[in-house]
Amino acid sequence: MSKNLRFKSSKLVDETYRVSFKFNDKTYYGYKGDTLASALLANDVHLVGRSFKYHRPRGIMTAGSEEPNAIIQLHDNTSRTEPNVRATEIEIYEGLVASSQNCWPSVNFDIGGINNILSPILPAGFYYKTFMWPKSFWEKYEYFIRKSAGLGKSPKEADPDIYEHKYIHCDVLIIGAGLSGIMAAKMSAKNGLKTLLVDEKSFLGGSTIYDNSEFSKINNQITSSWLEKEINEISKLENLEIKTRTSVAAFHGYNFLLARENLTDHLPINQRENKIRHRLLKIRAKKVISATGAIERPLIFDNNDRPGILLSSAIKKYIDLYGIACGENNILFTNNDTAYETAMSLVQRGIKINAIIDNREEIESKLSYELEKNNIRIFKGYTVVDTYGYKRINGLSIMQLSKDGQKVIGKKIKLSCDSLGVSGGWTPAVHLFTQSGGKLKFREDDQVFIPNKYPSDQLSIGSCNGDLSLEDITTNTVLSVKKFLNINKTDYKTFEIITGINKSKRNIWLLPSDKILGKTKSFVDYQNDATAKDIKLALREGFRSIEHVKRYTTTGMGTDQGKLGNMHALGIISETAGTKIGEHGTTTFRPPYTPLTFGTIVGRNVGEFFDIIRRTPIHDWHVANNAKFENVGQWKRAWYYPKENENMHQAVQRESKAARDYAGILDASTLGKIDIQGTDASEFLNRVYTNAWSKLAIGKCRYGLMLNEDGMVYDDGVTTRLDENHYIMTTTTGGAANVLGKLEDYLQTEWPELDVYLSSVTDHYATISVCGPHSKKIVSKVIPDLDFSDEKFPHMSFKNTKIGQIKCRVMRISFTGEQSYEINIQSNYGKSVWEKCMEEGKDFNITPYGTETMHLLRAEKGFIIVGQDTDATMTPIDLQMDWIVSKKKYDFIGKRSLYRSDTIKDDRKQLVGLLTENPKEVLEEGAQIVADITKSPIEMLGHVTSSYYSPNLNKSIALGVVKGGKKMLGQKLIIPMENKNINVTVAHPVFLDEEGERLNAKL
Amino acid sequence: MFLINCPFCGEREQSEFKAGGEAHIERPKQPTELSDDEWAEFLFMRKNIKGVQFERWNHAHGCRKWFNIARDTSNDQIKTVYKMGEKPPVE
Repeated sequence: MSKNLRFKSSKLVDETYRVSFKFNDKTYYGYKGDTLASALLANDVHLVGRSFKYHRPRGIMTAGSEEPNAIIQLHDNTSRTEPNVRATEIEIYEGLVASSQNCWPSVNFDIGGINNILSPILPAGFYYKTFMWPKSFWEKYEYFIRKSAGLGKSPKEADPDIYEHKYIHCDVLIIGAGLSGIMAAKMSAKNGLKTLLVDEKSFLGGSTIYDNSEFSKINNQITSSWLEKEINEISKLENLEIKTRTSVAAFHGYNFLLARENLTDHLPINQRENKIRHRLLKIRAKKVISATGAIERPLIFDNNDRPGILLSSAIKKYIDLYGIACGENNILFTNNDTAYETAMSLVQRGIKINAIIDNREEIESKLSYELEKNNIRIFKGYTVVDTYGYKRINGLSIMQLSKDGQKVIGKKIKLSCDSLGVSGGWTPAVHLFTQSGGKLKFREDDQVFIPNKYPSDQLSIGSCNGDLSLEDITTNTVLSVKKFLNINKTDYKTFEIITGINKSKRNIWLLPSDKILGKTKSFVDYQNDATAKDIKLALREGFRSIEHVKRYTTTGMGTDQGKLGNMHALGIISETAGTKIGEHGTTTFRPPYTPLTFGTIVGRNVGEFFDIIRRTPIHDWHVANNAKFENVGQWKRAWYYPKENENMHQAVQRESKAARDYAGILDASTLGKIDIQGTDASEFLNRVYTNAWSKLAIGKCRYGLMLNEDGMVYDDGVTTRLDENHYIMTTTTGGAANVLGKLEDYLQTEWPELDVYLSSVTDHYATISVCGPHSKKIVSKVIPDLDFSDEKFPHMSFKNTKIGQIKCRVMRISFTGEQSYEINIQSNYGKSVWEKCMEEGKDFNITPYGTETMHLLRAEKGFIIVGQDTDATMTPIDLQMDWIVSKKKYDFIGKRSLYRSDTIKDDRKQLVGLLTENPKEVLEEGAQIVADITKSPIEMLGHVTSSYYSPNLNKSIALGVVKGGKKMLGQKLIIPMENKNINVTVAHPVFLDEEGERLNAKL
Repeated sequence: MFLINCPFCGEREQSEFKAGGEAHIERPKQPTELSDDEWAEFLFMRKNIKGVQFERWNHAHGCRKWFNIARDTSNDQIKTVYKMGEKPPVE
């Protein structure tokens, strides 16, 4: 690069610290303090990307988070690579690697650029209209559309960085550390309020910090110097915390805000080790002050998107803050005074300005006189009608505007330039304010939306509140902050302001051209390639709502959320539709204000911390014995224990056979356990279960079914009466927390008169279930002091006993249909008791089994699993469990619903057994059940809920729900599968030992 | 995210609470006396108004107590928090 675009001194850049980086495989140099954008501009690189739809060459347009074009892929390393990073925000560091996205094979030669030539046939809604027919082809189109539309590549490996979340509580949160934010922070902190000031930039002071002009003064000091002193002062204040590189992403109700603090993105990769990359701040502020500033508007004219076209304020920032010129032959195009400040900065640095083009016919600012003194041409009442240069602007043509601003007149004048600064005035950054639920009003004078109604204890100050002049900002900030924070004393008295600009503006949303609109490309949304023509087309096609126009044209739907062009879209809509702009409202600004990485959102909740993992006290034994695990809620449950080369089916067949022929042992610790005490405990159980509980003797167990008030089965389990007023209830593993919640709800809200207390004791006990014909011999050896005879310890009863010195409870209950004992012991003894059972059971071929075998064994007996064989539409009657519903009880939860017109219908889905014609054929769970396959559409009667191959019966068994199934016993039905139809017969759902003889079997 | 002033614990984050739907719907004392329609009225019918609505909330990750709130559904402002069994506030 022979061009010298960098000056010797600048505010932000440290010229003693050179940094090398790579962009599109080429090495460049910049300095510490540069953003990627400023460093590229210093190297005269404007072309950084291709547009989304037409693949037009695009350059850096802004100097902030509103950047629509310069979005790049950061890092080439696959685990850290990150798409859609704005080059204007990323600070360069030694070794940075970045590349353009949305172009192939390169940003200089992009094949997709053909879309630009094809653009006449790619209007708004093109994809919607074209790829709808034939409908079945969408899947084929989609592949190619997605391929050509990709915005960057996502990383394919785990993120190596660390993220965290932090809660912050403060009296006052101030968003934005520009002029008004700094003033507010000083007033707040000096009045003893705990204050947090955040800004997305690495430095404080916003755009005022480089307002170095002789024409801008506060109290006789150059504005930037005045602000520097203020910043020095506040940095010493005790109750003020300042966070830079911290952008507020979301402003929710009740002054709850999310902000991302960026801690390492500006450091070389090798300095990031073991450091937290981003911190998501969850801020609760008593009061919030938004000082988010304003974003300069572009102007909408033909070919307004070429590389080299920037916002005029961005050009000023690159000069005054980074010491970089964006071109050597500049033109500024404006409708207000802002561009004259930029012009002054250019003049002060001795950079050529070819011309200034101003929409206004009369200009009164001091600056314009000053510029004319410097022999700078100002075309008053003119507009740009076209620009030239494909990969970099090299010229433009202008014409005079008619009096009404609707047409261009006179002769076309051509001017050369390598950089064009545009200014369409300012748009207050009200995004966060509207996110919080704030309502806007439209100010006709200068065509801006400003905050109107605050939904919470908050205030907007400075230019985000529509105060766009130095005078308004300083004066109004003091007044409104004093009132808002209820404070009397501040250091600020009156302000003497000198400024070179005034407020006049000539607002024309869509500038006229000598060409017809259809022949122009006047971009409104740069990132999504939405043009003024597209918006007008949408209106012609009948779209009226701004929200519909947005979706049809995709205006404002890019990663920049239309920060630049949304207002123009609104303006063009209202002009075309002949309505007032305020009537349309705005589209909704949604969080996040700037994109967040997933890492930031997830924080530390990754890997094993993603969700809570609950392990039983016997877990280590299962691991040591090769168990495979399944997740049941948050629990890790042993699923099956494969031996040598066994697959799951083989292991489950072996375990199931052993449990019926010899003995099986199951870790049932995950079952929910609720301790119920109180004088009304029996009455309480009467009301929550469908069956009767008052007469259950002490020391006895009973199975209970719990319904919802709508009569549908909610949970089940065995409850044991430990004492007169003391029960222990077991619930399903997954339902434990909800059952406790539901019972508490009834106790607190419906039946507060009942004397009942509930405690969850799930984690307090380990539960070991030993079942099978040899189970009695095994538990007798483990607990030799206890009499296990059927007379003393019958089925469905319980004993308090001890193993050594340790108290335990033994229940004789069964979920397998076998003789079965459940030992409940304090959790920390669980593993040693389990091991003891294994040891004593060795001679009886005791076999550990997991949840899969448990499910198989209970299915042989036709026992339901709530949530597998039921969903929220099954009553006990549907389940053929009429026997458990008390006819005598006056009331229980859900009783009245059991005879609603809907629940007594005969053709409800009912639980039945299913036997396949071929006993070797095992059905798929979830498969549909039908009767008649000749008629189309085929009527679906139900589905298979549980299905297994039973090694004890040597055949396939299944449970399913079938419409009117109870009356179909013996009937043939069909399970249609992808490549065959399986014939089944409806059977009784109990397949094995219907009489229950095995419960008391004697060997 | 709301801040809810639990009547037993004080102000806490919404994430500690569980919403329980419309308040002041009492379970009928004699369900068997009711017609299908009357029972359905209790079982299914809930208001969904724009404005102040009375709601049940449970401090699920705190004291586990149920209580009521009056919330304006149009702006999520919680007007009052009151205990179970207390009468709803009159505007």
